[in-house]
Amino acid sequence: MSAPAPSGITLATLTKDIRLEWRSKDALNSMLFFALLVVVVFSFSFDPNAEESRVIAGGLVWVAFLFAAVVALNQTWARELRNQVLDAYRVSPAPANSLFLAKAIGNFIFVVVLEALMTPLFIMFYKLRALGPAWQLIPVAAFGTWAIVVNGTFFAAMSLRTRSREIMLPLLLFPITIPALLSMVEATTTILVGDPTTSAKFWIVLLATYDVVFTTGCLALFETVLHAE
Amino acid sequence: MTYLYVAYAATWLIHVAYLSTVARRYSRLKKEMEQLGKK
Amino acid sequence: MKKAFPILGLLTAAFLSYALYQALVVAPQEQTMGDVQRIFYYHVPSAWTAFLLFAINFLASVLYLVRRNPRTDKVASGVVIALALLTCVGAYVFKSYLPKDVYPSSVVTTGIVIAGIYFLIRKYFSEQGTDILALTTAEVGVVFCTVVLVTGPLWARPVWGIWWTWDIRLTSTLVLWLIYVSYLVLRRFSSSGETPVLAAALAVFGALDVPLVYFSIWFFRTQHPQPVIGGGGSIDPRMLRVLLINWMAFLCFAVLVCWSRYRLERMQRDVEETQALEALLEPGGRVR
Repeated sequence: MSAPAPSGITLATLTKDIRLEWRSKDALNSMLFFALLVVVVFSFSFDPNAEESRVIAGGLVWVAFLFAAVVALNQTWARELRNQVLDAYRVSPAPANSLFLAKAIGNFIFVVVLEALMTPLFIMFYKLRALGPAWQLIPVAAFGTWAIVVNGTFFAAMSLRTRSREIMLPLLLFPITIPALLSMVEATTTILVGDPTTSAKFWIVLLATYDVVFTTGCLALFETVLHAE
Repeated sequence: MTYLYVAYAATWLIHVAYLSTVARRYSRLKKEMEQLGKK
Repeated sequence: MKKAFPILGLLTAAFLSYALYQALVVAPQEQTMGDVQRIFYYHVPSAWTAFLLFAINFLASVLYLVRRNPRTDKVASGVVIALALLTCVGAYVFKSYLPKDVYPSSVVTTGIVIAGIYFLIRKYFSEQGTDILALTTAEVGVVFCTVVLVTGPLWARPVWGIWWTWDIRLTSTLVLWLIYVSYLVLRRFSSSGETPVLAAALAVFGALDVPLVYFSIWFFRTQHPQPVIGGGGSIDPRMLRVLLINWMAFLCFAVLVCWSRYRLERMQRDVEETQALEALLEPGGRVR
């Protein structure tokens, strides 16, 4: 039997992860609850009217999603670690990148589902209505989520053999994702406020560039990290 | 004016603090090496 | 080599004192800001030194990763030479696209210097030495970066009345500081046997991030303009001279600090190795 194609491996790992997650819904539930808590706490701290909320909502939304994503990212490799799957992967001929892509895409799907579920709540709590081109929020969310997830999956693998693993992931992830976070928040705020003199286009292009640079970096270095940890 | 002196002093404080940690680790290491040498 | 250290230390101290005198007394007083502006002579050289150290950390990290495999080593050397040549040619071909006060000759010099440092490290540092070099330059770089972040607000406060404005240079420096502190935390907390490899990967990521950080904050600032700490624009040649003197003095100081830290780390690893060997060879087979 010939070795399966790398894309086949990615798909197989991805469907396995999604199926496992769908049955237990562990990560999804904890992410949802966490994001909800963040939203509620923020609404108590600020009581914005519609005008103000448009200006600050961009930042609040992405901070909530970022923290929730960290919850998902922390358990990315937990299952693999428990069952020595990583050792099995290291000795198999399967390319390491297939595993990485499967994990990253899986995390991406989880976080996007979370965003889809949380967005109506945000709109309700902060009386939001986009005054700018709302369709632009889709590339912002897509590129932005991928930026967090691709680096997060990579750093989660890096922090596997560290003390205080759960703290190490955000510690490594947050500084590196600052340009992406800034772009996401600024793009969202620009779209919500809808000032005709400003455009979110630069931010979207910057996010896309960030994604290309770091996806390449992760794919180039993941094999090294997998064998090193 | 005071800000200027505070800034210069802070600069050297930071450098001295770092150098003293290096020096402290150095002396501790020397002691360990002596212990190893005795064995 | 070790005997040279105290002499070099005294020379550097003398140089730094001379530089301090230049900064406080000789340099002309600034028109609008007054004497507070003299913080500039410590703030800017510290920033340049920190950036140089982080650049060396990046080169050492790349070297550490590529040298594990002879094939990637050759490929990487080829890429470095190719990039250096491309920079030399491109600087003159695209002369008109360069920003206002950047000359093609300085771009070429920078390219050649970076390639030169790469090959110097490759020649004179062993594999473990490269790793220690990366750790050393990251640590000392963070120290200098801390100085920048402390002197910056101390300058901003009397001049602008505020401690911090999220201005582009200070913010980029803050993010750089955060990235390298996280690098040092990974080094300390990682209990993997291959920590150097993980740290090198993180350093590469950090370096890739730097231009993105700069651009994102630059655009953020053009959207929300605020005063720029550190001032822009042209500089009086007498001030430039004092600035360069201070930079040279701090560079000498940085070299000595790195040298001490490097020796400390090397000794530390030798001791740990000896201790590990002793534990293995302990009579009666006891493992400590």
